[in-house]
Amino acid sequence: MTYPEQLPDGAGRFGPFGGRYIPETLTAAVSELERAYLEAREDVGFRAELDRLHRTYTGRPTPVTFAARLTGHCGGARIWLKREDLAHTGAHKINNALGQGLLAKRMGKRRVIAETGAGQHGVATATVCALLGLECVIYMGTEDMARQRPNVFRMRLLGAEVRGVDSGSRTLKDAINEAMRDWVTNPDSYYLLGSALGPHPYPLMVRDFQSVIGREARAQLLEAEGRLPDVVVACVGGGSNAIGIFHAFVGDSEVALRGVEAGGLGVESGRHAARFAGGQLGVLHGTRTLVLQDEDGQIALTHSVSAGLDYAAVGPEHAYLKETGRASYTYATDSEALEVFQLLCRTEGIIPALESSHAVAEAVKLARAMRPDQIILVNLSGRGDKDIFSVAEQLGVKMEP
Amino acid sequence: MSRIAGTFERLDREKRCALMPYLAIGFPERDSVLELAPALVEGGADMLELGMPFSDPLADGATIQRATERALRNGIRVEDCLNTVRRLRRQGIDIPLLLMGYYNPIMRYGEERFAEHAAAAGVDGLIIPDLPPEEAEPLRAACAERGIDIIFFLTPTSTDERMAQVAQRASGFIYCVSLAGVTGARSQLSPALGPFLERVRRFSTLPRAVGFGISRPEHVAQISSMAEGAIVASALINKLEQLPPAQHRDAAREFVAALSSATRRG
Ligand SMILES: Cc1ncc(COP(=O)(O)O)c(C=O)c1O
Repeated sequence: MTYPEQLPDGAGRFGPFGGRYIPETLTAAVSELERAYLEAREDVGFRAELDRLHRTYTGRPTPVTFAARLTGHCGGARIWLKREDLAHTGAHKINNALGQGLLAKRMGKRRVIAETGAGQHGVATATVCALLGLECVIYMGTEDMARQRPNVFRMRLLGAEVRGVDSGSRTLKDAINEAMRDWVTNPDSYYLLGSALGPHPYPLMVRDFQSVIGREARAQLLEAEGRLPDVVVACVGGGSNAIGIFHAFVGDSEVALRGVEAGGLGVESGRHAARFAGGQLGVLHGTRTLVLQDEDGQIALTHSVSAGLDYAAVGPEHAYLKETGRASYTYATDSEALEVFQLLCRTEGIIPALESSHAVAEAVKLARAMRPDQIILVNLSGRGDKDIFSVAEQLGVKMEP
Repeated sequence: MSRIAGTFERLDREKRCALMPYLAIGFPERDSVLELAPALVEGGADMLELGMPFSDPLADGATIQRATERALRNGIRVEDCLNTVRRLRRQGIDIPLLLMGYYNPIMRYGEERFAEHAAAAGVDGLIIPDLPPEEAEPLRAACAERGIDIIFFLTPTSTDERMAQVAQRASGFIYCVSLAGVTGARSQLSPALGPFLERVRRFSTLPRAVGFGISRPEHVAQISSMAEGAIVASALINKLEQLPPAQHRDAAREFVAALSSATRRG
C-alpha cells in the first residue's frame, strides 16, 4: 500500500481533507516552514540528531508492557500497552516538540510559541526550549489552567511564559486562536503546533515526528508475540498520538485501527468532543476536516473531562482514514474514562492520563468480545500525574490545591 | 461595470481615495447597522464593509472580537447578515457593500447558495481572511458568475512570487494589510507602507485599499497619496463603545466625516 508515502499531496490534502486555510500574513511563514521541513526530512544529519536526543534525552525506545492483570480482568484478548507515559515529560508530546524544536533551531528561530490543552504539549515545548536555548511563550485557556494546575507550574519552572486565554470556551481552541494571532503579529517566531492538525505542513510533520511510536511498537510486538496485533487503539484529540501509532500499521490490512474520541457526558447530551459522531465538514484553524459546529457554522463548545481531547476538530488524516474505511472511530464517556483510570491504577500499577484512559476503556470493551489468542495494542499516550487534582474532584475527594 | 469598479473609477476622476468604514452586523444591537450605515454614508463613506460574526475570529484583535462576540450573543446568523444587506438596499443605499467574515459559516451555508443569496441581496464583494486564493476556487467561481468580487489580501510579508500569484486571481481591489498583525487601531502607520504599496502596484493594476491599524484623519491623508482606498474598522468600534447608543448615529457620521475630509489626493 502506497498510502503513507503519498499522502498528503503537495497542497497538503488527504483526499477532500486538509489544505491550508490561513490569513495572508502567514503565507510566507508557512511556506518557509514547509520548505525547511521538507529539506530537514531528507537530511541524514537532522534525523541522526533527533534519534540521538530520543535515545539520550527522551528515553526512547519506550517499552511495550503486557498488561497481564488487566487482560485477566477482561478475560479476552491479550492487551499490550505502548508506554509513551514513560517518555520524558510524561507523554508522547515530546516526540513532536523535540522534532519541531530542532527544526526551529535549524531555521535560526529564537522565539517559539505554542498552544496547550492538557498542558502536556506546553510542558514538552517548554522542556525542548530549555534544552535548546529558545524563548518560549505558551497559550493556554484559563479553564484548562484551572484543571491542569500542575502543568502550569511545570511550564513556568521550565522557563516558559504561560499566557492565559480568556476568550470563547477558554480551552484548547481558544489557545490556538491566540497562538495564531501571536504568530500573525510575529511571523519571525516559530509556531510549534502540538497535534496533527492546522494548515499544511503541520499534519504531515506532526505525523512524521510521532510515527516513531508505531515503528517501535510494531517491531516490539513482532519480537514479543511473533505477530502483529489484531487491533491498535488510541485516543484522538487532535490526533497526534493516534496517527503516530497507526501510521506504521496502515499498510498491514489485517490490523484494525481504532480511534477513541471524548464522549463527554454522552453524545446525546451535546456535551462531548466526538467529531465523528456529531461533526460536519468544515474549516477550523487552517484545515478542512470534521468539525463540531452549529447549523450556522459557528464552532461548538466541546466538553470532556480530559483537557487534551476537548477540541472541536479532528486532524484531517483521521477524517481521511475514516472516509476510506481504513480506521474506525468510537468514543468513551467521561465516566467510562474515570472508571478505567482507576482500574489501570489498581491492576497494572500505572496511573494513565485521562486522555489515554479513553483508549484503554475501548480496549477493555474490545478485549471482552475477543478471543484469548488475539492481541490488542493500546497507545498509553501519557501518564496521569497531571490529572490527580481533577480526578480527585470528580471522585469527590478533597485535596489541598 | 460593477459598483466597486465604478466607485474607484469615479473617485479616481475626483482625485480622492475611497473611504471604507467597517461595521459589525449585530453590534451593538441586532439592527444597529440599519441606522449606522446611513449615517456613515451621510458622513462620506464611499463603500461599506459589514462584518459577519464568527466564534473563532483568529485574524482579529480584541476590538473586533468584542464586537462580533456581542453580535453572536445578539443571535446574528448568516441569514441575518444577508438580510441586513437586503434591507440597506431597500433603504436606498447604493454604494458598494462588502461582507467580511470567516470561511466556515459560508461553507456550512453552502457556497453556491451563499453566492446566489448574496447576489440577490445586493452584496458586491466578500472579504474572507482565512480563505487564500488557492483554496477559494469553488466560491470564487460561484461569485464571479454573479458579479461578486472576492477580495484577496496582500501583506508586507508577501513575496514577489506570492504577489504575482494573488494578483492573477484578484478582482475588485486588493486588500493591502498595512502591517504584520491582527486588526486593531494603531497610533502610527508603518514607514514600510509606501514601498510595500509600490511593490503591489508592480503586480496588479487593481485599486489598492489599505486596512489594519488606521484610526485617524492623518493616516487617511497619508494613504490618499499612496493608495486608492482606506479601510477603518476597530477605531470606529472603539469610538462607539465609549458612547451611549443614543449618540452612535451622530458620532459615527462625524467620525467618518473627519476621515473623509482627508481623502483628497495631495
Ligand atoms: C497524554 C495525552 N494523550 C492524548 C492527547 C491528545 O492529543 P492527540 O490527539 O494529539 O494525541 C493529549 C493532549 O494533550 C495528551 O496530553
